[in-house]
Formats: sequence, structure tokens, C-alpha cells
Amino acid sequence: MSTGNTILEAKGLSKSFGAVTAAKDINILVHEGEIVGVIGSNGAGKTTFINMVTGYLKPTTGTITFRGSDITGLLPRQVVRTGVCRSFQVSQLFRELTVLEHMLIAIGMMRAHRLSWLAPLHTPEHERHAREMLARYTIEQHAGAVVSTLPQGVRKLLDIAMATVAEPALLLLDEPTSGVAIEEKFPLMQTVMGQIVASKAACLFVEHDMEIVEGYAHRVIAFYEGRVLADGPVKDVLANDEVRKYVIGSEIHREKEKA
Amino acid sequence: MLRDRSTLALAIVMVALVVAGPFLPAWLRFVGTVALANALAVLGLLLLIRTGLVSFGQGLYYCIGGYAAGVGGKDLGLTDAFALLALGIVASGIISAILGLLLCRYREIFFAMFSMAFSMILYGLLSKSQKLGSTDGFNVVTPTFLGYAPDGANVKVWVFGLAVVLAFGVGIVLHQHLRSGMGYASEAVRDNEIRVEYLGVSAQYVVWWKYVLAAVLAALGGGIQALASGHVGPEMAYWTTSGEFVFIALLGGTAHVGAIISAAVIFEFIKTWVTQISPYTWQMFLGIVLLVIIMFLPKGLWSLLARMRRAS
Amino acid sequence: MQTLIAIVVDGVIYASWLFIVAAGLTLVYGVMRILNLAHGSLYAIGAYAGASAVVWYFARNYPVAGSYALLVIAAIVSGALVGLLVERGLLRLMYGRDEVVMVLVTYGVLLILEDAIKLVFGVEAYTAFQPYEKMGRTSIGGMTFATYDLALVAVSIVVALALWWGVNRTKQGKLLLAVIADREMATALGINVTRVFIVTFVIGSVLGALAGALTAPAIAVAPGLGVEVIVLAFAVVVTGGLGSIEGALVGALIIGIARAAAVHLWPQVELFVIYGVMALVLAVRPQGLFARAGARKI
Repeated sequence: MSTGNTILEAKGLSKSFGAVTAAKDINILVHEGEIVGVIGSNGAGKTTFINMVTGYLKPTTGTITFRGSDITGLLPRQVVRTGVCRSFQVSQLFRELTVLEHMLIAIGMMRAHRLSWLAPLHTPEHERHAREMLARYTIEQHAGAVVSTLPQGVRKLLDIAMATVAEPALLLLDEPTSGVAIEEKFPLMQTVMGQIVASKAACLFVEHDMEIVEGYAHRVIAFYEGRVLADGPVKDVLANDEVRKYVIGSEIHREKEKA
Repeated sequence: MLRDRSTLALAIVMVALVVAGPFLPAWLRFVGTVALANALAVLGLLLLIRTGLVSFGQGLYYCIGGYAAGVGGKDLGLTDAFALLALGIVASGIISAILGLLLCRYREIFFAMFSMAFSMILYGLLSKSQKLGSTDGFNVVTPTFLGYAPDGANVKVWVFGLAVVLAFGVGIVLHQHLRSGMGYASEAVRDNEIRVEYLGVSAQYVVWWKYVLAAVLAALGGGIQALASGHVGPEMAYWTTSGEFVFIALLGGTAHVGAIISAAVIFEFIKTWVTQISPYTWQMFLGIVLLVIIMFLPKGLWSLLARMRRAS
Repeated sequence: MQTLIAIVVDGVIYASWLFIVAAGLTLVYGVMRILNLAHGSLYAIGAYAGASAVVWYFARNYPVAGSYALLVIAAIVSGALVGLLVERGLLRLMYGRDEVVMVLVTYGVLLILEDAIKLVFGVEAYTAFQPYEKMGRTSIGGMTFATYDLALVAVSIVVALALWWGVNRTKQGKLLLAVIADREMATALGINVTRVFIVTFVIGSVLGALAGALTAPAIAVAPGLGVEVIVLAFAVVVTGGLGSIEGALVGALIIGIARAAAVHLWPQVELFVIYGVMALVLAVRPQGLFARAGARKI
């Protein structure tokens, strides 16, 4: 499936905090329109990788190239303007504002070059666009609700919807289904992936549930202790001995603990 | 624009007050002018509070506005009210643009305390400055208005009219601004800066602009206060002045510009009354009311009004 | 050389005073996450209590030596009393609120205490200079300094050692450190946070009052004393790192010596030096010298 051109290339990325190494010599390619699953136990470096690509953390060494230009060390607000957007493990929302206001703000900030000082944010045109986005992510019925009153699943969808307002070419989803009830995980992924495939964006998503990874990823990257342990077709990686021992083994353990 | 009920209400009250100005008793007009001068400063503070920032140092710019008007008359020979106010706007704009570069990196208690520290520095400087009358301050010229020089008591009528037009005019513009892109950006920064950065906007940029605007509005208020009382002194930069602005904002609530203007007026009348009957307990009174508001009415008097309206 | 000695000695004297005030402020913040604006009022209350006790004492012609003990006793009694009243009567109702809201709460307390001070002690200035004068002057390197000021340095060292010992070597102190490090964990482990809070706030208040009482003989005690102090103490505390006692010590020394240098070399800039040093430190380390930077995990 990974036939398109390379859009993201991470070369030799590492990140250390004092004596602690969170990422070590990470080399990853992502192609246009490709959907990549990322697996690994907690602390394996998955979020650190996303943070480095999107500018929240500056890599200690290494370079990140997106569509041929170097984006290493750019700030998050500069990275999103190049077309790389992300969602968060814990949804990053405005706790006192409504769902509709979230979308209006996202549209206002990402679409306009300059925020207006007097012209209202809430115009009929913006509202139509916002509601359309909400409908696509199946949360339009919550438009008037303040987010702090909403269940996790809705918040996650809103978090992702906001990340896609800019129509990114690459979307990084950090555990889109974490904190969501088990029976809601598949419907949520169905909605999200449907939108991403339709937009032809490339997507890299972090996931702990192997069934979801098998269901949606074209390719899988396994992280372990800050390194890339394996990278390849889903079946190969999930069958890899080391991956079974260090990654999937611990996931099964995790599931048992939860149960 | 006048289809908006709030805008219409603000405009009507503004016109009514301007018309009523000449017929009000002098003391009432004076209290009203001071209240509206404060309202201007607190409208600025409103921008900061909606961005999640509490400044304990708006007195800095209030004082700069007042002294700019004073110095403009005393040393530059200006008498025109608009020119005197413009001096304050320029001075506060420049100083806040510079201090804002430092302050926009800080939030919460750091922002509150640093802003307080800056205003206390100005207070210290002015208290020691012989040329500017040290702790006594100095008198401000009687203003003229675009070449027109009203005689005697009429000057105060004009200053009152100017205060009304400025306070309500700024109120109307801010009401519009609060619902604009930059207006919502404030609330977005208050609630989640990380998300703001990931929407391609610099939170520091938003904070910097709001800080500068708040400074200019405080200077405008200080200028009006100087013209109304005919005197400026370093206590304009003292922490109690800034504290009163914070108090007014909490009293009214930050949901609406009308809440701020009403609270400023209520505040000034209560102050006049309480300081007359018991001069040494005014601050204690303020402190107690402040604690009561924080405990029982965290969104200010306006929320009470909104609740009543919903109930009826 | 003379100037250098003067700068160092004056700086250390000033730092000693700053440290006692700042230590109380930073301790309360470190443990309770409350930036107590009313700390300055406790300083003023200590100063008034000390000054009025000394005035009363010398009116009866008692021996000078006792007045020093009286200052300390006045500070402990007034600080503990007011601290306990504020914590039990008000702050405990507000725990768990946002840090900025707590600043507003303590601002309310500051307003109330400022007027309460005027009601209790009047608006006339108090002078209680005898303890200061009677100690005479001491010469260091050919320059003379007030012996009282030098004694203040000794007191400050004792306070610093006592705090260090109390925090690092006693059971109560270890509980304190546990609460500073991780409040939720500390509660989960069964630490009585309420008691830790009361103890902390009372100690913080006593430190504020102590600084006030010890300064009283050197100044005219008048209304408005407390607020300049809180702004200064805040500058010291953020320079050192909010919540860190070592930080308060180092911050007080840096700012004290910088100010003394300005006073002797370039008096016009005295006011700016204090905040200049603070701004310089923060430009390099935004969280202050001894505090850990906290980045949000996402």
C-alpha cells in the first residue's frame, strides 16, 4: 500500500532529558496517504516521537524533513502551518467553551491568516462549516454543550476534528482510543479513519489495542525503550519474536491488569 | 451593529448621560466622572482577566496616563484635552510594549506579582522625584476642547461628557471585540495554551496585545481622572489603586462590558459613602466584600442578574 | 577597600532581614501553594507588636537586655495568633482553589489586616529605638556598623539553621518535604495535611512577624509598612525559586549585596537594581535558581 512518495522523513532522532534517554536514533519514513500504526509499551518513546515531529520537544540530535523541507526545531504553531497536525492522548480542549465554539476557534485560527479584532468569529458561514465538520465526526448533537460536561469519546473526537480543520497532509494521532469505553473504540476509529482516508491524508496513530492496529494500519512501527524495534507490514511486525516478547506481551499483561 | 441589544443599550445610556450631564449636581457629576475613569481602566483589565491573567499593577498605566496629562500641561504648554489624553496613550503604549515582552512569558501569580512590582517601582520613583512634586504630586491644567475653552464650572461638564463618551464608546467597541477572533483567542489562551499553539497561533502574541491594550485603556482612565480632579499624585500607581481595579472586575464579573461599567459606578458611590462615615475602615470593608464575592459569587454581580433573568 | 567592606557588610545585613521575611513567604508557598500577600501585614503586625512592647517596657525602666527577648516574644505571640486566626478562620475554607484565586483571597486578608492595624495601633508612627541605640557600634576594617544590625545577621543565621534542621532532621520536617514533593501522594500515605498546613502557616507567619519586630527598633513604625515588604520579598523568592528555602537564602544574599553595591556606588538606581537582578536571573532561569522547571506532559 505504501506506494506514494515520502512525505515525512525522520533521520537519527534522539532526545535526552539529562541522563534519561527518551528516544534513541529513530529513523522513520511515512509516505503519502499511508496509515501507520505505532505500538509500544508506556515510556517506549511513542509520544516523544510525536512531540518531536510537531515541535513540542526539540530533538537532541537528528533531522525531520516534511515534504522536502527541514522542519526540525520549528515551534508547534509553525509545524501545523506546514501541514502536520496532531491529536492528543489527553484531549486538549478549552474547558469552559462549547463544542461549536471550539470548532469556530479552530476554523478562525487555522483558516485565517490574521485573527479579526472586531469582526465576529461566529458568522453564518463559519457556523455552517463548523457544523459540517462536527457532523462528519458524528458529534454535531453536542454542538451547544460545554466540553467539561461531555464524555471522553466525544472529547476525543472533537480533539481530532480540531486537528483536521487545517486539512493536514499528515495527521499524528496519539492514542485516539485511550480513555474511551471498549465498546466505543471501534466505532470511534471507524469514524476517524473514514475521514482520514477520504481526505487522502497520511496518518500515524499510536494504539495499544492490536485488533485496532490490525484493522486499520497498512504498516506498523514498534517502539521499545526509545528505539524502533521493528518497522514493516502489519503481519510481519506482529509476528516478530522481539515484538511479541517486549511489546505485545506487555500489552496482554496490561489488558489483564485492567480486567 | 445597533441590532445587538447590548450595543443599543450602551449607546442609549451614553446619549442619556451626555444630555443629562449639565443638569446633574456637581458632586454627582464628579463621582460619575471618576467612576467612568476607573471603568476605562477596568475594561482594560477585563481583557487580561478573560485571557486568564490577573494584573495587580494596572495602576502603573493609570498613573502614567495621569502624569502624561499633567506634564503635557505643565511642561509642554498643552491644554487640549484630546492632546493630553493622547500623550498618555503614546507613553503607556510604548512602556507596555516593552514591559509586555517580558510579562507575556509569565502567567498566574508571576504575572500578578511582576505587574505589581512594576507599578511599585513607578510609585517609588515618583515619590522621590522633586521635579514632579514627590509624594504630593502636582496640579493639572484646566483643559480646553479642540480650541473651545468652557468657563468655570462648565469645564467639569465637558470632562464628564468626555468620560461618558470614552467609557461607553470603548465599552461598545470591546463588546464587539469580545466576540471576534482575537476576543475568543483570549478565552482559548486562558483555557489551554497548548491547543492554541497547535492551532497555529502564538499565545504570547495574544497576551502581549491584550497587555498593551489594557495599558492604553488604563492610561486613558488615568488621564480622565487627572482632568476631572485637576491633580495627580504617585498614589495613582500605588498597589491600592490597582487592587481597586481588580476588585471592581470581580464585583461586576467578566461576562459583559456592562457588568464592568456598572460595577465601577456602584463601587465609586459606595466608596464615597463609606469613606465619609468611617475613613479608617474602607479597606477592611473592601477586603470583607472581596472575600464574600470569592466565596459566594465567583462570577460577580452580573451572574446574579443573569440568574434572575433566567428564573423569571 | 573601604567601600568593598561597606558593600559586603551592608549587603549581608540587608540580606539577613530579607531572608527572614522571604523564608516565611516561600515556606508557605512551597507547602500550601499559597502566595500569601498578607505576609507583609504579618511583618507590619510584628513591627507594631514589637515596637509597642518595647515602648511599654522602657516606660517602666526595666534593664535593656530584657527588651531583646521581648521583641522575639512579641513576634512569636502576635505572628502565631494572627497566623492561626487567618488559617483556621479563612484559608482552610478555600483550599483546593486555583493559585490566582488564593492570591485574591490573601489580598482580601491584606486589606482587612491593614485597616485592623490602624484601628488597633492608630495612625501615628511608633519609635522604639532604645534596643538599637543601646547596643552601640562595632568597627570592622576601620568602619563602624550598628551592633544591632550585626546581631540581626546572627539571628538570621540561627533562623536559617533552625529551618534547615527543622525541615531535614525532624519528623515534622520530613512530612513537610513529602507534602512539597507530592501532595496527593502525601495524602494517600495518610499524612495529616491539615496539620502540616496549620504548622506551616503559623511558622511562616511567625517568621514574617519576627522580621518586623526585629526591624522595629531601627525604623519608625508607620502604616503602609507591609506592602513594600511583600513586593521585595517576592522579588527575593522568585530569584531563588518559589518554594525553596535555600533559594530564599541565596536570593536574599544576591539581592542584598546588589542593593548595597548600588547604594554605595550609584544610589539613583537602587530601586532598579533589586528588580534588575531579578529580571536577569529570570531571563536565564525562568523558574528561579533553585526551583525545578515544570513542563506540561501531553
